[in-house]
Amino acid sequence: MIKAILIINNHGKPRLTKFYENYSIDKQQQIIRDLFLLVSKRPERACNFLEVDDVFADKDTKIIYRHYATLYFIFCVDSNESELSMIDLIQTFVETLDKCFENVCELDLIFHIDRVHYILDEIVMGGLVLETNPAIVVSNYEMANKLEKSENPLMAGFQGVIQSIKPK
Amino acid sequence: MSMKLRDLIKTVRSCKTAAEERAQIAKECAAIRTAIKEEDVEARQRNVAKLLYIHMLGYPTQFGQMECLKLIVSPSYSDKRIGYLGLMLLLDEKQEVLLLGTNCMRNDLLSPNQFVVGISLCALGNVCSQAMARDIAPDVEKLLTNTNPYIRKKAALCAIRILKKVPDLIENYMPKIKALLSERNHGVILTALTLIIEICEIDPTQIEQFKKIVPQLVRILKTLVHSGYLPEHDVSGITDPFLQVKILRLLRILGEHDPETSDIMNDMLAQVATNTEGSKNVGNAILYECVQTIMSIESERGLKVMAINILGRFLLNRDNNIRYVALNTLSKVVNTDIQAVQRHRNTIVDCLKDPDVSIRCRALDLIYSLVNESNIRVLVRELLNFLLISDSQFKPELVAKLCIVTERYAPNKRWQVDTILRVMSIAGNFIPDEVPSNLVQLICSTPELSSYAVQKLYLSVQSDLTQQPLTQVALWCVGEYGDLLVADKSQLPKEEEGLALNVNEGQVVDLIEAILKNSSTNQTTRQYALTALIKLSSRFSQSILGRIKSMIDQFKIHINLELQQRACEYSSLFAMDLKTSVLDRMPAVEKTEESPMPPKPTYGTNTPSPSQGNGNVGTPNQHNNNSANNNSKFGSLLEDLNSPAPQQQQQQQQSGTSNMSLLEDIFGPAPTAQSPPFGSSNGNNRQQQPQQSASSLLGLMGDLTVSPQQQALQPQTQPFSCPAYNKHGLNINYECSKPQAEQPQMTLIVMQVSNSNSSPVTNLSVKAAVPPYLKIQLLPPSGTTVPPNDSGEVTQSVKILNTVHGQKPVLLRLKLDFTLNGQTISEITDTPLPSQF
Repeated sequence: MIKAILIINNHGKPRLTKFYENYSIDKQQQIIRDLFLLVSKRPERACNFLEVDDVFADKDTKIIYRHYATLYFIFCVDSNESELSMIDLIQTFVETLDKCFENVCELDLIFHIDRVHYILDEIVMGGLVLETNPAIVVSNYEMANKLEKSENPLMAGFQGVIQSIKPK
Repeated sequence: MSMKLRDLIKTVRSCKTAAEERAQIAKECAAIRTAIKEEDVEARQRNVAKLLYIHMLGYPTQFGQMECLKLIVSPSYSDKRIGYLGLMLLLDEKQEVLLLGTNCMRNDLLSPNQFVVGISLCALGNVCSQAMARDIAPDVEKLLTNTNPYIRKKAALCAIRILKKVPDLIENYMPKIKALLSERNHGVILTALTLIIEICEIDPTQIEQFKKIVPQLVRILKTLVHSGYLPEHDVSGITDPFLQVKILRLLRILGEHDPETSDIMNDMLAQVATNTEGSKNVGNAILYECVQTIMSIESERGLKVMAINILGRFLLNRDNNIRYVALNTLSKVVNTDIQAVQRHRNTIVDCLKDPDVSIRCRALDLIYSLVNESNIRVLVRELLNFLLISDSQFKPELVAKLCIVTERYAPNKRWQVDTILRVMSIAGNFIPDEVPSNLVQLICSTPELSSYAVQKLYLSVQSDLTQQPLTQVALWCVGEYGDLLVADKSQLPKEEEGLALNVNEGQVVDLIEAILKNSSTNQTTRQYALTALIKLSSRFSQSILGRIKSMIDQFKIHINLELQQRACEYSSLFAMDLKTSVLDRMPAVEKTEESPMPPKPTYGTNTPSPSQGNGNVGTPNQHNNNSANNNSKFGSLLEDLNSPAPQQQQQQQQSGTSNMSLLEDIFGPAPTAQSPPFGSSNGNNRQQQPQQSASSLLGLMGDLTVSPQQQALQPQTQPFSCPAYNKHGLNINYECSKPQAEQPQMTLIVMQVSNSNSSPVTNLSVKAAVPPYLKIQLLPPSGTTVPPNDSGEVTQSVKILNTVHGQKPVLLRLKLDFTLNGQTISEITDTPLPSQF
């Protein structure tokens, strides 16, 4: 199972944080800091795996990360996941982002964090892999976007009214 | 109107300091709170979106939780989307608020819009609590058979969360799960497989049930492997690698410990292993999973060898990730087929040279588990070469492993000494604490090696003074075997000594002086050096003694207390008769439990006897006595060199030198009325009392000289009992005996202290003093509290060595301190012993 997915930039600023296990806010920030320190120290040619004992609550944690331009994509998984498959999954995730944002860059993630979350939720759900085909994810993403745009923006204003009419 | 999300992000990003950022966030949070209070419906979506951003930066956002729930009840999809997103990130299953949303989420599960159902399932799959899981379980179960694959796959993963929370629902889901496998949609199959794997983990009793689907799984896998190019599922030339990996994993779970089931998959696994192309990561991911499955199930031996060969091929891959998993997996399977792994030994050793530290660590782990008696020489040579070039953060682990394998598999002692010495001279400062002690013990227990070892150590230290553990071991050995070091080696057969070093006493002392003066020498090493010097004083000729003494004397004013104390003690030891026996060679440890192999008598033809050497007066007999309990004493001796052992503070050794007059000041003179019939008229000699603060050196001497005698406590002459003291209800009896018939000068007195009062005597301390011609040792008492009404007694043994036996009697003065009924009493008493003692 995947415990957490993080995107951190070269300066240690989190750009996406998603935890699939319960951690307090402080613990989450601690994990982000610790992992960034570990990952940013490693040379580019080094392998993409790390075993950490003390960052997460339990010892059974592997870190699989990749560095793309200004961003580190970090997946924290337990021993049930295959390291090599995770590498491929990161690749899938990045490819999908790239298609959805057309040449994704750090700024896209900063200003559209909700969309990044949405895309991620189409790939990983509850810490388990949901879909690995970027084409399917992208088409779902676009359909959902269309749906959102087609909605009458005024609808939101009537929300309270509709709520009261709704049968219990 | 509050600012837009985009503006907030820009503002926060432009903050130059953390404090500025905090202030900005606090301001924004306040604005959001106000908006929440004012029920600002229009701003709700934007506020939650802002909170998501603020949450990511690590600020508290609990106040927005209700807003998320309000958003998910909105009919608008975009509101719902942000609402559910907030729900997943800002809330967790422990929040009671979450329950309020259950109803709405259930409604959304029934929505005709697949995206609304999708986000609801996703949120439930991420955060639903046990109570919610029970509520929504029937709906999710229905969704598993929904016509839309987008919903089916999400329902499958959501079901995992539900079953983890409420495992007894598994039975309800079972029929539907099997149907999912006949799907065509790969996404659904993938999630269905995940669901099965998770169920097997939650409830292992279900594994049996799922074994029926193995042929089906094999069929799916076969289609994938032989499908050829399928554009919609192709990932760099391989059809849906994620699905293949998942199937292989499930096969592993189902085939474990089951030869029959394993048999069904054997063929397919062989096909995957041969047909998958390993030039890209995706292919290797499948091969990796396949290898793991082959190694875990009851597969044929040929298949296992094939799997290990795949890993061997991985080791040659240029991609570090592949090599990492190969090494990792090899370490796991090394015990199933060690021969097959040994074949790749050279490749594994090459991985030690990799620039990537993770690879090196894995390779080291693997080599460590590959070492055995037959390859130890080759592998240790490789590891030593590697030790030379490895960086310092890697050395401690490497050194530790080297020492362990050397101790475990060494073909002979000499090789072991050589190897450890080499490790110590390359990376001595990284050596684990126990290694120097073990080495000393090894040298000490192998007398045939001591000459060789001391020469070797002498040479290594001469070339490098900075490796502290090495220097310490060398100093210990030079101290112990200094006589062998300077001995004339020309008569010895060459093959037995190996080295024929021509060193004279002056050079040895020069070296110790150099060590003492070197700035990188630490205080512990200096302590070793002082001990070595005093030991050498009994092994080297008279001509050099003056120099040794002056070197020790230099430390009498040293700023380090331990060194100063040591120097003072050693200096006074110089003048003592006892010196030679105290400085006797440590007896050989014949056999130890820690040592994995008994000493080999290969070099035994010319074993130097322990009593050989200059000025060594120890009797062989004593050595034999000593060797039995030497093991533990040895440890305490080494400890002793580093710090005074507290329990030895109890032991007191009285020596008849100038510090006797000092004692008088401590106790004060005994009452004249009780003035004893001590033979001497010299006032100074009359009231000698022992010193309470026994030094570590004296304790050490006690260890060396007394322990054998302690063993031989069986009295050989009739014990003689006489009353010694009776006052304040406290009664002391002496029981005197001669423990060793051949040593009439030795007397053992056992004091039996009993108490006839109705209340106990506490804090009892007995001190004893003797005239200077007697040597006394007080052993620790059996207790400090004497129970009342004669119901028990405390015993304390005293050993007295009469240097002028037959001419002067044994005299003993006791100083008693005790507390009775809260009152502290101090008494001094003299009792002459019967003349035969």
